[in-house]
Formats: sequence, C-alpha cells, structure tokens
Amino acid sequence: MNRTQRIAAAAASALVVGVLAAGCGGSGSDSEGSGGNVTLRVNLFGQFGYKDLYKQYEKDHPGVKIVETAEGDLGKYNTKLSQQIAANAAAGDVVAIEEGQTVNFLQASDKFVNLQDHGYNELKDAYLPYVANATTSADGKTTIGLGTDVGGLAMCYRRDLFEKAGLPTDREEVAKLWPTWDDFIATGEKFTTGIKDDKIHFIDAATNVYNSILMQGGDETYFDRDNKLVVDSNPAVKNAWDLANKMIDAKLTAKVQAFTKEWNAGFKNGSFATIACPAWMTGYIKGQAGDAFTGKWDIATVPGGGGNWGGSWLAVPKSSKHQKEAIDLIKFLASDKGQMGAFKSEGRLPSLPALYDTPELKDAKNPYFNDAPIGQLFVAGAKNLKPVYLGAKNVPVRDAFENVLRSVESGDRSESKGWPAAVKAAEKAAK
Amino acid sequence: MRIRDRFAKTEARVAPYAFISPFFIVFAIFGLFPLIYTAWVSLHDWSLLAGDQGYVGFANYRELFHDSDFWRALTNTVGIFLLATIPQLILATVLAQVLNARLRARTFWRMGVLLPNVTSVAAVGIIFGLIFSRDYGVVNWGLGHLGVNPIDWQGHRWSSWFAISVMVDWRWTGYNALILLASLQSVPKELYEAARIDGASAWRQFWSITVPMLRPTIIFVSIVATIGGIQLFTEPLLFGSGVNAISGGNSGQYQTVAMYLVQQAFTGQRFGYASTVAWVLFLIIAVFAVINVALLRRIKSVE
Repeated sequence: MNRTQRIAAAAASALVVGVLAAGCGGSGSDSEGSGGNVTLRVNLFGQFGYKDLYKQYEKDHPGVKIVETAEGDLGKYNTKLSQQIAANAAAGDVVAIEEGQTVNFLQASDKFVNLQDHGYNELKDAYLPYVANATTSADGKTTIGLGTDVGGLAMCYRRDLFEKAGLPTDREEVAKLWPTWDDFIATGEKFTTGIKDDKIHFIDAATNVYNSILMQGGDETYFDRDNKLVVDSNPAVKNAWDLANKMIDAKLTAKVQAFTKEWNAGFKNGSFATIACPAWMTGYIKGQAGDAFTGKWDIATVPGGGGNWGGSWLAVPKSSKHQKEAIDLIKFLASDKGQMGAFKSEGRLPSLPALYDTPELKDAKNPYFNDAPIGQLFVAGAKNLKPVYLGAKNVPVRDAFENVLRSVESGDRSESKGWPAAVKAAEKAAK
Repeated sequence: MRIRDRFAKTEARVAPYAFISPFFIVFAIFGLFPLIYTAWVSLHDWSLLAGDQGYVGFANYRELFHDSDFWRALTNTVGIFLLATIPQLILATVLAQVLNARLRARTFWRMGVLLPNVTSVAAVGIIFGLIFSRDYGVVNWGLGHLGVNPIDWQGHRWSSWFAISVMVDWRWTGYNALILLASLQSVPKELYEAARIDGASAWRQFWSITVPMLRPTIIFVSIVATIGGIQLFTEPLLFGSGVNAISGGNSGQYQTVAMYLVQQAFTGQRFGYASTVAWVLFLIIAVFAVINVALLRRIKSVE
C-alpha cells in the first residue's frame, strides 16, 4: 500500500468517526445562555399578535433575543409538535398548545416543564377556571401550559349583503333575528330568497356552524371524562348534527372547507354572508378579505348565546435549554399586559376575567367591523363560557365527523346515511 | 521494524473495508436500525405521546388486514400509480426518441424537460391545487367555455386521481425521458442502418431495436417509478388544503397509504399501528418490484 492509499484510508476512517460524532453529539456547540445572550425560539400557529410585545420584552431584558416561527396550518403544526414532543427534541423554547390538543399533550406531561414548580399556583386564580384547569393533569400535580386567549364566540356578518337581501343591518336588530339556531336557519332562508344570487350563500360551511353548536352544548362532546366515546348517547352531538343538516338541506352553505384556498377566496369574493366568529377570527377575516371590505363586515351575538371556538396555551418543553428564561417569557405573554397586547393587535380575547371590566377592553371598538364593540360582544360570549371536556382523541374523531358532514354537504352521501357513517367513522378514529 | 511490517499488513487487509464502511455505517444508522425498530414498534400498542402501552403480538397486523380504510388507501395508491406511471413511461420513451433526433437547440430542449423536476414539490402542489380548484380554477374555467359544468376535482375519486396523476407526470416525465435518452444514445447506429436497408418501418425500428435495447433502463426507470408511486405522499397532500388535508378528501377518495400512515401516527396518535402500515407498505413495494421485473423480462432482448 503506497502513501496516497494510506492517506486516503486515514481520511475515510476520519470521515466515519466524524459522521458518528455528528450523529451522537450536536448539542455540544450550544454554549450561549451562560454568557448572558439567550435566543428564545417561540413556536406558534397562526397570528398571536406578539411582535410589539417581543420588542418590549427584549428591551426590558437585555441579552434576550426572541425568534418566532408561526405555522399557518394548524394540522401541520400539531403534527410537527407531536413529533417534536414525542422525540423530546427540537420543539423550541416556547410552544403554543391549541384547545383541541391539551388532553393529548397532557399524556406527555413529563416532556413539559411543570409550571407548578415555577409559581403557577399563585397565578392560576386570575384565569378563567376552565382555562386554568385545561392544562393541568387529572391528579392536579402537573400543569403544562399557561392560558393566553379564549375563543369567545360571536357571529360576523356582511352588512352590505344583508341590506341587499332586505334584512336589517344594525347589529342589535340582527342579533334579534336569531336568538336560537332555528331562527338563524329561518333568517338564512329569508336571505337566500332576498339576495337572488346563487353564488352568494348565507354561511361558509356546515362544519363551522356544527362545531360552534357542539361547543355550546355542555361540558362534554365526543368523549366523557373517562375518555369513553359517547357520540351515540350524547344528545349535544346529535343536536348539532341535525341543525347542521338542516342548513345543508336549506342550501345555506357555500360548501367551502375551513382554512382552504377556496375558503380564503370566499372572503375576497364575498361568497358567504355570515361566519361563526370567535374573537381571533376577526384578525383572520381582516387579513383575508383585505382593506376593500373595511366597514362591510359587522359583528352580532351568536345564536344560542355564548360559546367557544379555539383558545391557546403557552408551554415550555423540557427539551428547551433555556427553561428559566422561557418560563419568564410565557409568564409575561400570559400576563394582563401580554394579553391586552395580543387583543389590540389581533383581537385575541384575554383569558383573565379581571381585564373584562377594564375600560380598555370594555370600550374597545374595531373600525374594520364598522366600529363593532368587540370588547363587549366577545366578553359576553366568554362570560357564558362553559368548560368543555375534549378527550385525547378529540381531533381524530372531530376530523372523522367533519369529513362525513362535508360529504353530506357536497351531496356524496344522503342525509340519512350521514349519521350512521359518522358514528362508525368516529368509533374507528377513537381507537 | 517488525511491528511496522505487521501494521502495514493489517492495514492492507482492513483498508478496503474502511473504504466502503461509511456507506454501511450510515445505512445501519439511518436505514437498518429504523427498519428493525419499526418492526418492533409494530408489535406493540404504542401511543405517540403516551408511549409504549404493551406488547400485542400480531394484533396490529390482523387489524390492518380487516381495515377497510387501509384497503381503500391501497386502492387509491395503486390506482393513482397506474394512472400516472403508464402514460408517463410511454410519454418519456417517445420524448426520448424525439430528443434524440436532430433538433435545433438540442441542449435547450433536453434541459427544458428537466425543469419541472427542479421545481419544489410544494410549489407544484400549490399551483396544481389552484389549477384544479373548484370555484376559481383554470381547468374549470376552460371547461366552462366548452359548456362543461365545473367539476369538483377534489370531490370525486376519478377526478382527484386524474388531477394527482397529471401532477406526478408533469414532474417526472422529463426526468425519465433524459435517463432513457442517455441509454438511447448508446444504441449502435449500425442496427438502425441495417434495419433500414432491410426495409423496416420507423415503428418496426422502434419496437424491434429501440425498446429491446432500452430494456435494462426501462426496468430501472419503472422500478424507481414504482417505489416513488407507491410511497406517493406530497402531491395528494397538497392537492387538498386546510386543517384536515391528511385525510385525502371527505371520504378519503385520494388518501394514499403513505398519507394513511401519517394520519394514524400523528392525528390518531397510534404509533404502533402506523408502524404496521409502514412495514406492510415496505412489503408491498417489494412485491411490486418483483412483479415489475417479471413483467419487463418478457420484453425480448435484442439478439
């Protein structure tokens, strides 16, 4: 063996060793933190409205830098976060947990920092009770998340389209049109006859209304508190299902799936006149419909009174290398200051009831929505909030139900075949 | 002195293995270990976040065998695969033939067919999702001018299969054409000249010379296409959009096996069951590869 070959062999072995070392190590180089300079990575879905809060926090805490990544697609976000939490790696320093996922992530509570070791018990009484309980384990000993916003529910509607269809446009009068969901359907039928345009529908999609009604229905949906599937015996599920089917029957829906390109285009093209509207939706509508629709949207109370859609918690994964700094940050973001900041920039409704009586929130108006008193409207929804238990398999079961409902909506399945198919799909998804 | 000799001797024996070891070590870490670990997980009731819930033997495999959703996903996968791959390979062979002819700006055309392959899948998925969109898509707009009612491309089985196949073909036809072109160029010109003297038509030349000479390449191209086709994931995922895109349509009409696997693992949190799907998918690909070779063997080699 000559010299060149020998050098090559040595290089090859060195490469192997290098590959092995890279596979095992990877954490050694990260020595920031001790020097005072800390970069906190915040992983969120959608828009939380934190930009200005970060700036302020960085100013008050020299040496801390905050980098946010926001995933627009909640499904994708949940998948990725599940992977990262299961692997106990790469989840970032702060993550957001969506309402539907709290029970799920509580199963892996050992992979999150227990906030009870960091002063959570002194803070928790300030939050809406259901917000404080949702991220606490059944034995009460572990809390993985700090509540940020709740999805207090209202109904957004297009003033101009209502006028065209010969319906009242004032939000008080509109609210009087639909004290119940049956009245809402009747209003929709009047709208359809009045608008005389088969391209403009009364509501966006059956599933969005269905979910809203379901969440109004009481303290359980698909699962009871022992995580047993109760779709067949819980009247709240059937009630919401039947009402949604009535709307499909009356051809009130634009048949667009939430968070799709079609749905987004529907805002721009004005293909629906109302949409179930949790507080965070106001920011979404403004973003999708754009400035051209300023003042054309308005907000009224939701049929059936109150309700909830969405809501978020912030948590610190154990894989974070800057847990202390991360905990300080989520405490700030979930504080009254942080929550009011998110409310002002993205309309996210605080989960601290003490804020509901402050003039800042009570008198808040949204110019985009024809100066609707968003503070009062959404607070009314939030105060009537009943805690709803969502099982660990809530998301797959909800997906299964929505899929079947959409197939009825699109005409692929008859209404009579819909319910048994939904129950069957739910049983399978709950495995 | 003796120690040095000995060292040189050992080195001579070990060095060849050291040279080839990087591949095997990397393969063992990133290929073999996951494969075996997946098999291990598939024998357990394993929740993604809650962890191992106990050994269940082959219960997951038994369940999979009776799982109508899995069979539906498999039908979709095979359907889309056939719908995409057969026209794709035929088109690629013809395209290779055309590119092999005397053309002006030959390099330009040859590079041009590769362009779709360079584009990121995500971009392709989004653009095609828009092209085949129900309410505002270009295809429906065009069909509207021909008096055809708008088609809900995502809504039906055949239409969604068709749209996804178009997407796959758009990306891969050019790539396969280039590989076939490379092997076309190694076909000796004398064969064609002799055939022409014997009075063989262009079609006869293609069928009796080109196709047999290309056989090894066609086998390679179709095995690669099979592996890609059976694992098809990104195109159908991006074809639907929204929160629940992984279910591949309201009735799973375009959910592929790979999508079903991800849905079981990350939406359903059934890691053990998803591992079972992964292993069965692996076996299916192996079976398809064997069938492929067996079928393509029947193409006559040139004598």
